[in-house]
Amino acid sequence: MADEKTSSTDGKVVDGAVEFDGLVCPVPLQDYPNIILGHGGGGKLSAELVEHVFLPAFQNDYLGALGDSAVFPVAETVGGGRRLAMSTDSYVVRPLFFPGGSIGDLAVNGTVNDLAMVGAKPLYLTAAFIIEEGFPIAQLKRIADAMGAAARNAGVTVITGDTKVVQRGHGDGCYINTAGVGVVPDGIEIAADRARPGDAVILSGTLGDHGMAIMSVREGLEFESEIRSDSAPLADMVAAITQACPDVHTLRDPTRGGLAASLNEIAAASGCGIVIEETRLPIHPTVQSACEILGFDPLLVANEGKLVCMVPAESADAVLNAIRSDKHGSGAALIGHVVADHPGVVIAKTAIGASRVIVTPIGEQLPRIC
Amino acid sequence: MKHLTEYRDGETATRLADQIARQVTRPWAIMEVCGGQTHSIIRNGIDQILPDEIEMVHGPGCPVCVTPLEVIDKALAIAARPDVIFCSFGDMLRVPGSEGDLFKVKAAGGDVRVVYSPLDAVKVARENPDREVVFLAIGFETTAPANAMAVKVAHDHHVNNFSALVSHVLVPPAIEAIMNSPGNRVAGFLAAGHVCAVTGYSHYRPLCDQYKVPIVITGFEPLDVLEGIRRCIIQLESGTAELENAYPRVVTEQGNVAAQVLLDEVFETTDRNWRGIGPIKQSGWRLRDAFRNFDAEFKFDVSAIATRESTLCRAGDVLKGAIKPNQCDAFGKQCTPRTPLGATMVSGEGACAAYYNYGRLVPLAAPDANVTGRA
Repeated sequence: MADEKTSSTDGKVVDGAVEFDGLVCPVPLQDYPNIILGHGGGGKLSAELVEHVFLPAFQNDYLGALGDSAVFPVAETVGGGRRLAMSTDSYVVRPLFFPGGSIGDLAVNGTVNDLAMVGAKPLYLTAAFIIEEGFPIAQLKRIADAMGAAARNAGVTVITGDTKVVQRGHGDGCYINTAGVGVVPDGIEIAADRARPGDAVILSGTLGDHGMAIMSVREGLEFESEIRSDSAPLADMVAAITQACPDVHTLRDPTRGGLAASLNEIAAASGCGIVIEETRLPIHPTVQSACEILGFDPLLVANEGKLVCMVPAESADAVLNAIRSDKHGSGAALIGHVVADHPGVVIAKTAIGASRVIVTPIGEQLPRIC
Repeated sequence: MKHLTEYRDGETATRLADQIARQVTRPWAIMEVCGGQTHSIIRNGIDQILPDEIEMVHGPGCPVCVTPLEVIDKALAIAARPDVIFCSFGDMLRVPGSEGDLFKVKAAGGDVRVVYSPLDAVKVARENPDREVVFLAIGFETTAPANAMAVKVAHDHHVNNFSALVSHVLVPPAIEAIMNSPGNRVAGFLAAGHVCAVTGYSHYRPLCDQYKVPIVITGFEPLDVLEGIRRCIIQLESGTAELENAYPRVVTEQGNVAAQVLLDEVFETTDRNWRGIGPIKQSGWRLRDAFRNFDAEFKFDVSAIATRESTLCRAGDVLKGAIKPNQCDAFGKQCTPRTPLGATMVSGEGACAAYYNYGRLVPLAAPDANVTGRA
């Protein structure tokens, strides 16, 4: 956490124009149950926050060095890869804790998965926190611990970071940005425009779990059984896929916008059509019921631990088996094919043998009136 | 869940469609009244497996679509007030008024909240005693009992900072209006199952007798809709005009009596303007005088509102079944779910949105006849 340890010019309160450089309170962290503006001031309070909250959660030598930048070796052995992949994402989910996860593991898994979707092995992450004054430090610690556990689980290391505090009312508790770096093994070329007519379309598991888990807690909706977020790292699954089929054409993790948005992006980029069969879509019964009640289409609901891939038809069985052998892929299914017809258009065969076009959602789905 | 898969079974659907095809000997136009049925027909492609002789005409039964423009404008004016928390069902937020929609009011600082039940709005009122909480109470007979309950709870518990902007509409007067319209082509109706679950259905019999039109009370799943069509076609081909209940697992003749008692206590019938269609006599419900203190139209001075409707939008012709959504010149061009000119492009149950969202664009960019819609 480079600029937390110093009182560099970067360590100032960004919202409200209150300069806290030089205002250093000697009271130890444990006397403050909540974040105060001084925790973003770059002074001792900031240093204590790093020492008490972030270092124990992320424990590694790169971060422990507390330099202005983390210095890390370029991994030379990862599949002989000579290309780096880099991605960044900000996390503003509300509520911060939900069944199956928290903003902490989303912030790790989301960026890890973005790297994995180009076939990269994720290696290092950054973590930047924007915290609202008054936020409980115990909750921040829970979030950091969840990030640390998620990072270890995904095989990545959080090697540098930043903390800013904004005045009460100017944030929503805690926002996190992570950026990640990974190495792409030689010979792997995964991109949306590589989907080809004849490719099998494989989905790694049930649709809509994350979005409906968030929705059910946010709106206080109770269903027969709890809906849990599917937040999970997918890099191991991707490694298994590329091992089974080095020529995998396209990978996407259908997060916001759901599978509908991902498939439309792929259809547009590749100039191909895509046909999926509704009856083959794996959807958890409780998620299906919740969607029916609210008038949501599971195809448009966010996922945080699923991927969809386009692979040559002859590799479909091998890839399905590879995904199913991963602990996050037991529900994988072949859901359709890439076609030469209707370029750029995604079509679903309905249960009654008719068809409909799947379009990209505009924005948030709105619960319908009846 | 079993319920869902059971009524979406592909083999049974094909069998029902075959039976319908064997019955039909000439062209018929059948109107599904409810927007939920329109959604189901387009989403599942039910019209694609029907014989060519049968044309499904999409009726005016999307509550979001027919809510009059002046009510939307009143909602926008009330929601913009700093002392107001404005509560609404989600799909009303994007309905265009004369100037903008509730999303724009929210972005400009209005406190607009989506609720899942009108009673949640009463709860918001209790939690915010220093602010006025207004609920946009729209819909057909289906949503009316919950809305009536919210007003009654607020009344009985003196939650005096709660009020409802009421614009309820009723199905039977709309059926009458359609049958009375000079260019009417509709020969049979699929009545809205969930409306009848509340009201019962004996009051539909006089409509069958007067207009010599078969009315089949119908559900919403693919097999429900197909069964409704099958029964309607059998009647049309045999020249009968009777009331049938094809949705007995939900609808009984007497309906939900407790709800009816509540509705009668809280609401009285009134003339109502239907967006895109025009005024229909005694086609709506408003709050009775006893509940006037909970009527947002009385609480807030919003009477002097001038409305302005898009000149391109032909939602009225769509709602009357005169044209299909994709026959409107603005469809998919000036008018999309992102930039709706009319309310029918907003709600998932609006015919225009259903056509757009499920790709019934004209022409559909898909040459493969096996996988495209007929539209």
